[in-house]
Amino acid sequence: MAEKKIKIIVAKPGLDGHDRGAKLLSRIFAEAGMEVVYTGLRQTPEMIVEAAVQEDADVVGLSSLSGVHNYFFPRVVELLREKKLDNVLVVGGGIIPEDDIPALKKAGVAEIFGPGTPTDEIVAFIKANVRPK
Amino acid sequence: MEYVSEVLKGSPLAVARMITWLENEDERARPFMEEIYPHTGKAYIIGITGSPGTGKSTLTDGLTWQMRKKNLTVGIIAVDPSSPFTGGALLGDRIRMTRHSEDPGVFMRSMATRGFLGGLAQFTQGATKILDASGKDMIIIETVGVGQDEVDIMRVADTTCVVLVPGLGDVIQSMKAGIMEIADIYVINKADLPGADQLYTEVMYRVEQDAQMKNRKWLPPVIKTVAVEGKGEVDLFNAIMAHRKYLEESGELTEKRRERTRQETLKMLHYELFRIIRQRLDKDHRIDLMVGAIMEHKISPYKIVEKVVNEWLPSRDS
Repeated sequence: MAEKKIKIIVAKPGLDGHDRGAKLLSRIFAEAGMEVVYTGLRQTPEMIVEAAVQEDADVVGLSSLSGVHNYFFPRVVELLREKKLDNVLVVGGGIIPEDDIPALKKAGVAEIFGPGTPTDEIVAFIKANVRPK
Repeated sequence: MEYVSEVLKGSPLAVARMITWLENEDERARPFMEEIYPHTGKAYIIGITGSPGTGKSTLTDGLTWQMRKKNLTVGIIAVDPSSPFTGGALLGDRIRMTRHSEDPGVFMRSMATRGFLGGLAQFTQGATKILDASGKDMIIIETVGVGQDEVDIMRVADTTCVVLVPGLGDVIQSMKAGIMEIADIYVINKADLPGADQLYTEVMYRVEQDAQMKNRKWLPPVIKTVAVEGKGEVDLFNAIMAHRKYLEESGELTEKRRERTRQETLKMLHYELFRIIRQRLDKDHRIDLMVGAIMEHKISPYKIVEKVVNEWLPSRDS
């Protein structure tokens, strides 16, 4: 079998227009050997999950700087489960208050990476927790 | 999941999973490809190629829109390069096609080249078969946009569109070998930029030259578009349909597909044969021993090749 690559969707749900962080992380993931589908701004959970289905993504990375994470992040997890994609790893980043993290994790977001998280930590977490092919 | 029946029903999950297996050379792919093969051959395949930045993704998006208006279902494969250093890839074509993301009549898959040259990924053709079997009427393949040498698309597509933009080089560029030779349709995108009319004239001139030099029955039309504004989409769609009609009526489509099948079969044979031989040579470091002997000038590489071939094909006709 050929070498298996990690396929990751990087998406920004909601109306948030600041994409520098998401774009930087997309590059970092690509340099770590992953195949990154950057879906861009103004994505609905439905659009993100449809992309995850078609791309057979192993990981969905969600970025939110505008406070919409409490609705959007769990909604993405819910829709993935509806599609029987329970083993897709969902991670989030951006401006997420510490207090919100437990509820997000309970809803199925595997980890939240706040600003300043060393990027190799994020890559390591993904590689350690991604589903087997 | 019963993947074969799901793919034939058009299930996006099944289609996506099968493409992944194909890409990863998962042994589960082979029996499935075998089973879906009888259901291929109906889709019409369009290639969109051209240098980076010419607007291929935006054009693909617009073309898809036109096809959907005619109730045609569409499969899109967008190919992007893998880094030769890190092995990773930034697959950024999907971002131009978000308006179709929730349309069940459109399936889009990004593929990384994983080191394969020629503008496509190794298993793009296989993925096309899966989309075909899943019932898509049209398949659009958007190649990596590196320029001159990426001519593999012509072997995979029924209609190949070469996209140019004004200001990317002088008329001499357009005469060079490779990419300019494979066009069934020329698209001048960003036609609102200065130099568009001049480029149009230059390309038309080249088309006329080709008509005089070669015995071509199909003269490639030159379509002007401004993809970000949706201008020219209808013309492009119509030109593709006209080419299709020409190919079907002249019988050329069958010949094209025959040639495609020949190339693909030979390629697959080549790949499989070498894979097996390579495995055997890697065993017990046989290849390393051979290389050592060659380095010490104890034997030539030509002799080694002769020996290995004779092992595998002992009774050869001369």
